[in-house]
Formats: sequence, C-alpha cells, structure tokens
Amino acid sequence: MKFITTSSKNNSGLQEGTKLSTISAAPQSGGQTPAAARSLSPGHKVPNKKYFLWSLFSLSGFAVAEIISLSVPDSQDVVDTVYQLTLAGLIALYLGTAAFSFFDEARRVKFIGRAPFRFAMGIVLAVWDLLSTKFDILPLPFFPGPSKITSVFLDEYEFLLSNTGYSLRLFSAGFLSGVILGVGTGILIGWFSRVYYWLFPILKITGVIPAVAWMPFALTIFPTSFIAGVFLIAICAWFPVAFMTAQGMAGTQKIYFEVAKTLGAKQSYLLFHVALPNAIPQIFTGISTANGLAFTTLVVSEMMGAKGGLGYYINWAKTWSSYYKVYAAIIIMAVLFSLIMKVISLIQSRLLIWQRGLVK
Amino acid sequence: MSGENLIEIKSVNRTYVDTNDNTVDALRNINLSVRKGEFFTIIGPSGCGKTTLLRLIAGLDRPESGEITLEGKEITAPDPQRGYVFQQGSLFPWLTVKKNIASGLKARGVYAAQKQEIAKYIDMIGLNGFENAYPHQISGGMAQRVAIARALINHPAALLLDEPMGALDSFTRADLQDKLLELWETDGTTMILVTHDVDEAIYLSDRIVIMTPRPGKVSEILEVGLPRPRHRGGTEFLALRRSILEKLHLASAQPQPEYTI
Repeated sequence: MKFITTSSKNNSGLQEGTKLSTISAAPQSGGQTPAAARSLSPGHKVPNKKYFLWSLFSLSGFAVAEIISLSVPDSQDVVDTVYQLTLAGLIALYLGTAAFSFFDEARRVKFIGRAPFRFAMGIVLAVWDLLSTKFDILPLPFFPGPSKITSVFLDEYEFLLSNTGYSLRLFSAGFLSGVILGVGTGILIGWFSRVYYWLFPILKITGVIPAVAWMPFALTIFPTSFIAGVFLIAICAWFPVAFMTAQGMAGTQKIYFEVAKTLGAKQSYLLFHVALPNAIPQIFTGISTANGLAFTTLVVSEMMGAKGGLGYYINWAKTWSSYYKVYAAIIIMAVLFSLIMKVISLIQSRLLIWQRGLVK
Repeated sequence: MSGENLIEIKSVNRTYVDTNDNTVDALRNINLSVRKGEFFTIIGPSGCGKTTLLRLIAGLDRPESGEITLEGKEITAPDPQRGYVFQQGSLFPWLTVKKNIASGLKARGVYAAQKQEIAKYIDMIGLNGFENAYPHQISGGMAQRVAIARALINHPAALLLDEPMGALDSFTRADLQDKLLELWETDGTTMILVTHDVDEAIYLSDRIVIMTPRPGKVSEILEVGLPRPRHRGGTEFLALRRSILEKLHLASAQPQPEYTI
C-alpha cells in the first residue's frame, strides 16, 4: 500500500519549509497503514477460520466492557444508557466491517491488523468504567466515568449540537478564507519579484505572531465576535499557506519553464500550468500546518470572546465545575477535527494522484 | 533534398563565466547553415558548446554577437516552430502521457481545435495503452518518445534534440534512433541533433558537424552520404566512424589544462 505524504521531492528549500513539513507529517502518516497490517506480506492469505477468530478478538474488548457495564452494579449516581448504546454501536460497526471485509483479501488483512488495538480500547474502557462508575475509586468531579460523560450527549443534545455547529461554521469561514488568501498571496509573492520584495518581509514578520495575540484588537474592531474569530483563524491559516505556496512556486525547476516556452507558452501558462501545479505538494504542506494552527485558534478564540462554539461550551461548563461536560466537548472536538483532517487528506490525495508511487 | 537553407548561423559568439569567475568562450565565431528537411548532427566532446549552440537556435539563450535566423527571420525568443527535446526529465510530472502531449497544444492555445491529433501522435510513438500513465510510471525511453511527440504535435519547422538518448541504455537507444528516423521520414521535419555518440551521429545524419572545445568552434562538416537503412557494422560505416574518432581525438589533443588553480 502506498500513500502520499505532504512533503514533495523537491522540498529541499528553506529550513522553515522543512520544519513546516515535519510538523504536518505527524498527523498525516498516522492511521493510514497500520504497522501490523504492513508486516503481513501482500500475498499473505488469511484463512476463514483465522479471520473469524481474529474478528471475535477484535470485538471481544468492547463486549467485555458492555458486559461489565450491564452486570456490575453502579456505585455512582449515573445513567448508563448512552454508554451502553455507544458500546453496542461500536460492536455493531466492527461486526459490519468484519462482514464487509470478509470478501476482500486486502481488507481482511487490514481489519485483523487493527484487532489488537480495538481489543485494548475495549479493555481500557472496561477498566475505566470499573474504576469510576462501578467502584468509585477515581476522584470526582475531575475524573468522571464513561457513563457520566456520554450521558451529556443525551442530556444536552441540543445545546451541544448548536455549539458544534457554531464551531464548524466559524472554522469553515475562517479556514477557507485563510487558505484562499494564502494561496493568492503566495502566488503573487512567488511569481512577481516586486511583490516578493515588498510583501515577503511583512509576511515573515507578521506570520510568526500567534494569531490569538491579535485578539484584543480583533474583538474591539470587528462588529461581532464571530467575525473577529473568522479574522483570527484566517490570519493564522494565511501565513503557512502563503509561505509554502510562494516557496513551492519559486522552487519550480527551470527545465519545466524552458519546455513550456519552447512549446509556445505565454506568462499565464507558465504561472497556472507550470509553477502552480508544481507548488501543489507544498501548498498542502502549508494547509496541513494551517489546519492544526486553526484548530487551536478556533478553540482559544471561542473560549476568550465568542458567544458560542465548543470552546465557549468548555468555558461555560468549567464555571459550573461540570468537568464531565468538558470531557464530552473534548470528545466531540477530537471526532470533528479528525473528520476535517480526513477530508483535507482525501482532497490532497485526489489532487496529488500523480505523486502516487513517486513519494514514499 | 533541396539545398534551401532553413537556419543560418552567422558569426555567433557566446561566452560564459565559470565557477572561478573566468570568462570562457563557449562559442567562437560559429558559421553554419542547416538545410530544410535534413538530419543535421552536431558532435563534439563535452565542453565544446554544442548544447549552448542548440539553446541559441531554440532562443532559450541569446548570442553575444552574430545572429541566427530561421527562414530569414532572426531568432530572439523560444517559439513552437523550433521544438526542443531535453536530455531527460522534461515531462511535467503532474500530467499523464496524454496530457503532456496535449500541453504542446494547450501552451499555444489551440487545444480545442487540434485535440484529435493527440491520438495520432500517441499512435506514432507506439504508446497506446499508456495514455493515462504518469511520467514516473513509464521507462526513460518511453518518456523521451513522449517528449518528442509533445514537440512534434506543434508541427515545428525544426526539431532540436539535445542528447535525447544520452541517458538511455543501448537497446532502448537503438530502438529510439529507429523511431526518430521513422518520424523524420514521415513528417519531413528538419532535425538538429546534439550528441557525443559517433555511431548515433553516423546512423542518423545527413551531415555531421564536428565541434572542438575551448573555445567552442566548428572544426569540420561531413556529408555522410550512406544509403539508409544503415548497417552499424558496414565497412563504410566503420571507416567513417574511425575517421570521425580520429578527428575528434586530434581536435581535442592540443594540450589544454583541465583544471585551473
């Protein structure tokens, strides 16, 4: 199995560039090809019996957690329904995946490769449940059990949903405008030497300032806290994208320009069909870095000034010492941000299909 | 073959500054004319300025003095009427074989009108079935064929080939040489080839110009005059080979310091 990382082969340029690409490489490479699956050779057949046993093993951790939750009496005053339904959902999900993967050899190998991890997850949940809900060993309110946390999803369903929606809207508006602005300025800086002369030093100086440092100013200047948030997220995404776009365009090999010129290319062709496609791997390195920075800025700006969002929810729950709600919001963030990163990596592998097999 | 000249090179001089800040004569007083439709080869040891000369003909560089004309018009900038094939690695890695060939049309803005030609050129270079492969997925020989097709699809008056087979193994090289002759015979495009391979020069060319280094200048122009297809082991072929090698050897035999301290 081959997959694409964000660093391109001609990313040998500046030190900053290398640094940016290593930062973004970490979340990218995780989870795509599990080491366990890779250790089994591609031609390796998984016999039916073995697959069946490993599938059971994969589910057994969650089954143990479910049995413990159902059979051991609670010593804390909580409702277990959502937690038990979640476990049942996970079991059903992996049962479905197991059945689906049965018909494809590559999927089989991948599925059983992840079995030990899923088993361990189930066991961790079971132990946590025992230590909290069941025997009340972990101190409250800082370490609530899984039942307590998941019950929030039912009790405050609407409030959580509206805050998640707010975060998603704020993130999308800020991140997209930051990326568009970043690619735009990157193109200008990377292509026109006059723009480079005037804008690049400003980019270098302002770009390293953490976006949240602008917050007092943003909150005063902009009419709503939402627009202030968009501004902060946009400027934090803008810098790495602009920087990497400019760098990627400047790093285009001379031979590609010369070929295009002998084919009759005008300036616009050289810019949009030679330099820009050449910069796309670096642009995505910039986008991945921007992504991580934007999450941080999103949460911080919501905690500091916004009237909604998951950061706001965390702040609100904290003032009531409802730490289990903080955990619930953190779980939503983890899922939401992972999904956003997944979407970006899907777009990236679609656009960089030409690199498949070229970059390891 | 008509005697009409396509390209005229008149008293061309070109210098460059080397790593030690010395000004070196890359080309000194070059006078050549390339006939319309001929297979013209420039041969010489490395450092004789043959690639520099080809880049001047392409318009990728300008001479310091003298002029180069195509059909009487001075060459000042690159133009699709002079197609250029680089030694290697010139395909756009983000485009498939088909789109690389199409880029020849797209760069000129005539894609919509002439896209039906793409299939014809893929067929001509024998890459059917590889249309949607990316450059890193095909062999070096295939990549050079694509580069040739990409230049030829613009119907250039002359195709400039800068050691296009220099990075290939000998089997692929012989194969591509035959392909090149075939394309030349069907299309009638004037070919200007730069090489340091004597066999290749004799096998392909109507005329061979021998260049000598430091400063780069024309030493001799030979008419090959052997009937095609040529046999690399034939008596005349070998005699010509020996004589060119002798000339190249003599040409570079003057004691010249390899390194300057």
